[in-house]
Amino acid sequence: MDLHFGDSKPTDEERAAVDALLGPPESSWEGADRTDADLRWARGGRAARDRRDLLLPGLHAINDRIGWISEGALGYLCRRLTVPPAEAYGVATFYAMFSLRPRPATVLHVCTDLACTAAGAGELCAGVEARLGPGSGVHVERAPCLGLCERAPAALAIRAGDPVRTAVAAPATIEAAVGAASGPDSAPEEPPAGRAVPQAGQEELLLLRRVGVVDPSSLDDYRAHGGYTALRRAFELGPAGVIREVTDSGLVGRGGAAFPTGRKWQATASQPDQPHYLVCNADESEPGTFKDRVLLEGDPFALVEAITIASYAISAHRALVYIRGEYPRALHRLRHAIEQARARGLLGDDILGQGYALDIEIRRGAGAYVCGEETALFNSIEGHRGEPRSKPPFPVEKGLFGRPTVENNVETLVNVLPVLEMGAPAYAAIGTGASTGPKLFCVSGSVERPGVYELPFGATLGELLRRAGVREGLRAVLLGGAAGGFVRPDELGLPLTFEGTREAGTTLGSGVVMAFDDTVPLPRLLLRIAEFFRDESCGQCVPCRVGTVRQEEALRRIVDRTGAGAAGDIALLREVGRAMRDASICGLGQTAWNAVESAIDRLGAYE
Amino acid sequence: MTVTPLGIPRRLLEFTVDGEPVRVPEGSTVLDGCRAAGKDVPTLCQGDTLRPRNACRVCVVEVEGSRTLVPACSRRAEPGMEVRTGTERARHSRKVVLELLASSVDLSTTPGAAEWIKEYEAKPDRFGPDAARLNEEPRVDNELYVRDYGKCVLCYKCVDACGEQWQNTFAIAVAGRGFDARIAVEHDAPLTDSACVYCGNCVEVCPTGALSFKSEFDMRAAGTWDESGQTETTTVCAYCGVGCNLTLHVQDNEIVKVTSPHDNPVTHGNLCIKGRFGYQHVQNRG
Repeated sequence: MDLHFGDSKPTDEERAAVDALLGPPESSWEGADRTDADLRWARGGRAARDRRDLLLPGLHAINDRIGWISEGALGYLCRRLTVPPAEAYGVATFYAMFSLRPRPATVLHVCTDLACTAAGAGELCAGVEARLGPGSGVHVERAPCLGLCERAPAALAIRAGDPVRTAVAAPATIEAAVGAASGPDSAPEEPPAGRAVPQAGQEELLLLRRVGVVDPSSLDDYRAHGGYTALRRAFELGPAGVIREVTDSGLVGRGGAAFPTGRKWQATASQPDQPHYLVCNADESEPGTFKDRVLLEGDPFALVEAITIASYAISAHRALVYIRGEYPRALHRLRHAIEQARARGLLGDDILGQGYALDIEIRRGAGAYVCGEETALFNSIEGHRGEPRSKPPFPVEKGLFGRPTVENNVETLVNVLPVLEMGAPAYAAIGTGASTGPKLFCVSGSVERPGVYELPFGATLGELLRRAGVREGLRAVLLGGAAGGFVRPDELGLPLTFEGTREAGTTLGSGVVMAFDDTVPLPRLLLRIAEFFRDESCGQCVPCRVGTVRQEEALRRIVDRTGAGAAGDIALLREVGRAMRDASICGLGQTAWNAVESAIDRLGAYE
Repeated sequence: MTVTPLGIPRRLLEFTVDGEPVRVPEGSTVLDGCRAAGKDVPTLCQGDTLRPRNACRVCVVEVEGSRTLVPACSRRAEPGMEVRTGTERARHSRKVVLELLASSVDLSTTPGAAEWIKEYEAKPDRFGPDAARLNEEPRVDNELYVRDYGKCVLCYKCVDACGEQWQNTFAIAVAGRGFDARIAVEHDAPLTDSACVYCGNCVEVCPTGALSFKSEFDMRAAGTWDESGQTETTTVCAYCGVGCNLTLHVQDNEIVKVTSPHDNPVTHGNLCIKGRFGYQHVQNRG
């Protein structure tokens, strides 16, 4: 590889941001001043290229410090990591949170997704944009779901600098959002994570039992509330025993695909290829989902412990958590928890004196829904564009860095703690035969008490909505988020289990339950869903890249039409949707048409 | 003496294509099997010298037991697989993919596209006159080849040929996302400011004519390009000792472009700037 760099030079600030991550450059090959020694041998090569996975953290470092990524800064980062500038440019332009053009240091992300739109995000956006025009020093960005649906409408301000500062305004008034953007440091503190859990403190909780009860920054408090008993139990059982317990518990993945966790662990553990990796998918970007954020913010040590157990079971010595870029508080809390665990010997070379070594690294996403797809997430960590890979081979065989990898969602991992604490039979007794254990539901929209609810599998939709205090005039409930499906108000008897929803022709997905009353114009909602998928399609395969555009165009045409006036476009939508479902590479394209289809078929959206 | 590389002997595996048994060597793709069975499966992004990217999805087939359709170009054949190439479901997806492509980019110079559109009864106009298209002027920023984005189907073949699979130059990559994704050098600069070494190996693999030689582009613009009146002569490049094969495309006794046979066991269709573009002296008749 013969790298070509342009003439643009980094500013001192940009250089400092990159050096803070990578250390000072060692030779002129990496961008330092030239010395005589540099003329005698070349540096770089494989050793530098093996650090390609630092490309995304490097882009974050520049973007966090300056607010955007200049040609000089990108060139310097490429020099440091021996990455071709064209490829780094391709990676940087993939993510919505990076800008390759100059922009103000402060960016205000105003959520325009489903729950926020229903709560008046339109007026909020217009008002904020009117107040923060050019020259205000704030760049306003209409953002996809920020995962703050229980406090809709939401806005997130990010001010570049050293260190980068963030502020959340939710529920946001125009005043509060402008205030957060103008002075992120003086903005009012976010309410504690426990406020997102209406059941906080109740006895029957398993996954949420500590949220709002323990101090999320205190390892001692975590241990005082039963923390690290599951890890001790895991060491008693040994790796094979842990996998057996998890398999017997019937635990399946909570990210949406519902794959049996024990089987995934077993398949990875038995791979002769080394090393094995554990990846925790905390890139929670499905519109309407915020359960992982609440767990990370309210009980971060639980995730650290669960990752330790999972890594131990599959003999991984390096685990990575990929956390979405829009979750500053969750990132901060988890980082703190990992540091604490490391300092106390609960991570590191000899965990609890058992001779088992593990370290956990955090990687931040940068605004790409598709990176929640497991193989896209690997590519993103590895410093490539977050495009899904074609399967097979599956991650258990060739995952992160081409090695056997288990990738689990945050909620899935946290479920491992009660499995080990209470034993597989007791855990499996919760819920129904095919869907065992407790499940988190993200309830938002037209309800009195939005938030994360924990119920055993098998509770009905009506039961959940009653707990959340559903308001009068319910028109539709969206299950599973933008990739899920709508159900009618007369289907509240639906049991919330994987098999129950499947039987009813819908999906549980990641546990989103979004209620809409009859004041929300359904066609606008569907158009927003289509816009979301058009924006978030990675562009790799034709059915999704062009199909999402054609779907959005058709939904825009019929936004004010019904009956015969919409019939032609609905037929078109069905044909394109069917090809997207059949022929797209990954779940994004395959499910992009689900919600719209269900609205047409179940709700009669255009009748 | 001609040496024919034999390779490691491979076992044959058997599966069925449209109910008929097919035997292919282990490691073959479903597409290999389909072609061995004489089934016509269209392909765009599949390249004979490149690893499959399965991005275009026109080659999808039905495989028994698979929830979604399967890209024939990349899926490894397995013993006992039941593949169906002509089902309504597979044909529907191919038809829609062709419609989506033809409604968004110009397929006029894509070999096979017109026939497939006819065969699958695809109607690209059905998305209406306002359907988003990649209407871009061709970028002519150097003397050797032209990038016509309006014809690009984002098959990734040029990126793979430029990068680790062949040239190792890494001058181009996919930038942006979704419908706005495009092949670009860093900061979408002109090619002359990039790492490009003008080997033209990207042009060699481009399936749609989005990348074309300046000579061909100019002649097409002038209306003088006449493929049926051209002869192709394969010879050996005289510039260095490697011995790459050149295929000279000659029209009216003038070389109009140079390609290289993809089945050459050494170069696989790749050339350098000299072999690809350095032919003017041949026709310098002073």
